[in-house]
Amino acid sequence: MRNPFARRSVTDLSPPAKLGAFVVLLAWSFVVLFPIYWLFVTSFKTPYVVDKGPFYIPFVDFQPTLDAWRYILVELGNDTLRPYTNTVIVGLSSSVIALVLGSFAAYALVRFTYRARIGIIGLGIGSVAFAFVATALGAPPLLALGSAVAIFAILAQAIGRRFSRAMGNSDIAFWLISQRILPPIAIAIPLYVLYQQIGLLDNIIALIITYVAANLPIVVWLMRDYFASLPRELEESAAVDGASIYRIVRSIVLPISIPGLVATFLIVLIFAWNEFLIALVLTSANAQTMPLQVAAQNATRGPQWWAMSVLILIMIAPVVIMAILLERYITKGILVGALKG
Amino acid sequence: MLLILILSIFPLVASIALSLSRLAFHEGGVDLKFIGFTNYQQLLFGLERSHFLGVLKSPSPLGWAIVIATVGLSAYAWVRAARSGRVRPIGLVLRLIGGALLVGFVWIVVQALVSEGGRPGALIVTLIFVFAGIVFQYALGLGLAMLAVQQVPWRRFFRIVFLIPLTITPVGVGYMFLMMTDTSKGPLEPIWVALGLRNFTWVTDPWLARLAVIIGDTWQWTPFVFIVLLAALESLDQEVREAALVDGAGRWQSFRHITMPAILPVTTTIVLIRLIEGFKIIDMPNILLGGGPGTATQSMTLQAYIDWNTLNLGRSAAIAYLLLILVSVVATVYVGFVRRRVTDLA
Repeated sequence: MRNPFARRSVTDLSPPAKLGAFVVLLAWSFVVLFPIYWLFVTSFKTPYVVDKGPFYIPFVDFQPTLDAWRYILVELGNDTLRPYTNTVIVGLSSSVIALVLGSFAAYALVRFTYRARIGIIGLGIGSVAFAFVATALGAPPLLALGSAVAIFAILAQAIGRRFSRAMGNSDIAFWLISQRILPPIAIAIPLYVLYQQIGLLDNIIALIITYVAANLPIVVWLMRDYFASLPRELEESAAVDGASIYRIVRSIVLPISIPGLVATFLIVLIFAWNEFLIALVLTSANAQTMPLQVAAQNATRGPQWWAMSVLILIMIAPVVIMAILLERYITKGILVGALKG
Repeated sequence: MLLILILSIFPLVASIALSLSRLAFHEGGVDLKFIGFTNYQQLLFGLERSHFLGVLKSPSPLGWAIVIATVGLSAYAWVRAARSGRVRPIGLVLRLIGGALLVGFVWIVVQALVSEGGRPGALIVTLIFVFAGIVFQYALGLGLAMLAVQQVPWRRFFRIVFLIPLTITPVGVGYMFLMMTDTSKGPLEPIWVALGLRNFTWVTDPWLARLAVIIGDTWQWTPFVFIVLLAALESLDQEVREAALVDGAGRWQSFRHITMPAILPVTTTIVLIRLIEGFKIIDMPNILLGGGPGTATQSMTLQAYIDWNTLNLGRSAAIAYLLLILVSVVATVYVGFVRRRVTDLA
């Protein structure tokens, strides 16, 4: 049999170092997997067994039961299925939208220079504030919104051009990431009022919109770094050969930034999948997501460890499968080949 | 973009209004009563100060030494900037203000931490969580990513497994660590018994409680650093490293001069994102310890959440606003001083 620790190339580690790396990785896997294993065995325990103390191995230490699984999957039935479907729909759609919009924005911020006029932005903010104040004073929301847009358009034409101070690319990027600074607790109530006004409370569309807005900055920032690390020469030579910008993005930029895209997608998917507080405030019955179900297991009778374990396990399963499917794309080689050819 | 603008500005305006008012109940509904800056005043100087900033006592000798050193270093840096002649007057004034803020901040931290009978409040506890968390998560994440790009056996298994903690919802991670830290029914019970700690609870010692929160936070967030760095390391051009190694460069040299500069930009992004997210830490201290013992693990977001639950919406919004100001300052300084140095993207 071939020695799995053998050295394969110049950049590869020596066999003892490789063994060391393997042991360290194995140790951390244990740290990661042990709590998961504990969730797994807890999901087969009865409340009595959990309360008696630690038991590690089913059939040896304790008699496993499917009670918790039956409770979550059969007795609760639709009450588990609905949040589950919601989580899948909200998580997937919001992260795909955020990834697409965010990657385009990131590419634009890396390769083009923008000068956003501060005067126009200030005017926009002023108009929104006007609409807000007018609504607060009792004007119908639609009328307030309409007149705000009108004011914005007129003033932007009339005086907007006089203010020539502008924001550069880095200011735009910083503004984007600053959206995440305010803790969810502070934006939850204003968002509740906002969605109440437009009638989207307890609707998964509200969640999707909010999560896209919340995750967009993360996509932009991560993808900006990946795009910036790509060699410019490839794109330039393609442009010289007459390829359009869309063609360049589609057949050069996207393929070689796949590792970054996959990693970013997984991260925003996980963020949307697991968000708790905003989902708690914006939904009541129809649009509830899984994190709320997990938290709900800490009821008046104390934490229902067994049910909670089942919920967490079925919740991470799709994400882990997704990670298994996508992991192969986080790998080297594509860029190197492109440069040689 | 317009949608984001609305989604971002509307809550901002609404929470300012909220933070300047108090919720009053009356028959048939609630009223927001405008009370000016009372909420802020209470948090920073009044009744709530011990809760928010901490119990401030006069510093011990070591504390004095730290304060004097900070004053000295800031003065030195300022004089050097002034003498260099490359900084405009406005820049000098801003630097003076920044230095004064820094000294004032160190003064508060020293009074709470390095003094007789002082106790840190939510603000300082949050900072401890954020900075300890970032250091551990980055060190672990980078180390694991460096190892996982090597051609070791079971490589795919490791890469997927390491991602798992991130996939669990933060509330769930909180409850999971509640199980782990239980000394009588948790899986680590034999270890506690062997150490004679069976009836010991984490909640008795403030620093052990904080350590428990930091461990949980690190377990959960190391995968984030790991996967981003993994993708960055994988997209590096291997030929440069190969050439360097063939030419006799050591592994440390090749890491220091080739790998590190290449992953530095994405490193600063990770730290920025973790900085911003870390300041919002709530689930771990809340579920694990309820913010206890006393208020030892109460982060700013948790304090805002508790005020929110008791319908003190005004103070909750005021805390959130102070957090916003604090994080904005930290993030601006970070982007200005660190990120602009290592990347032209800033």
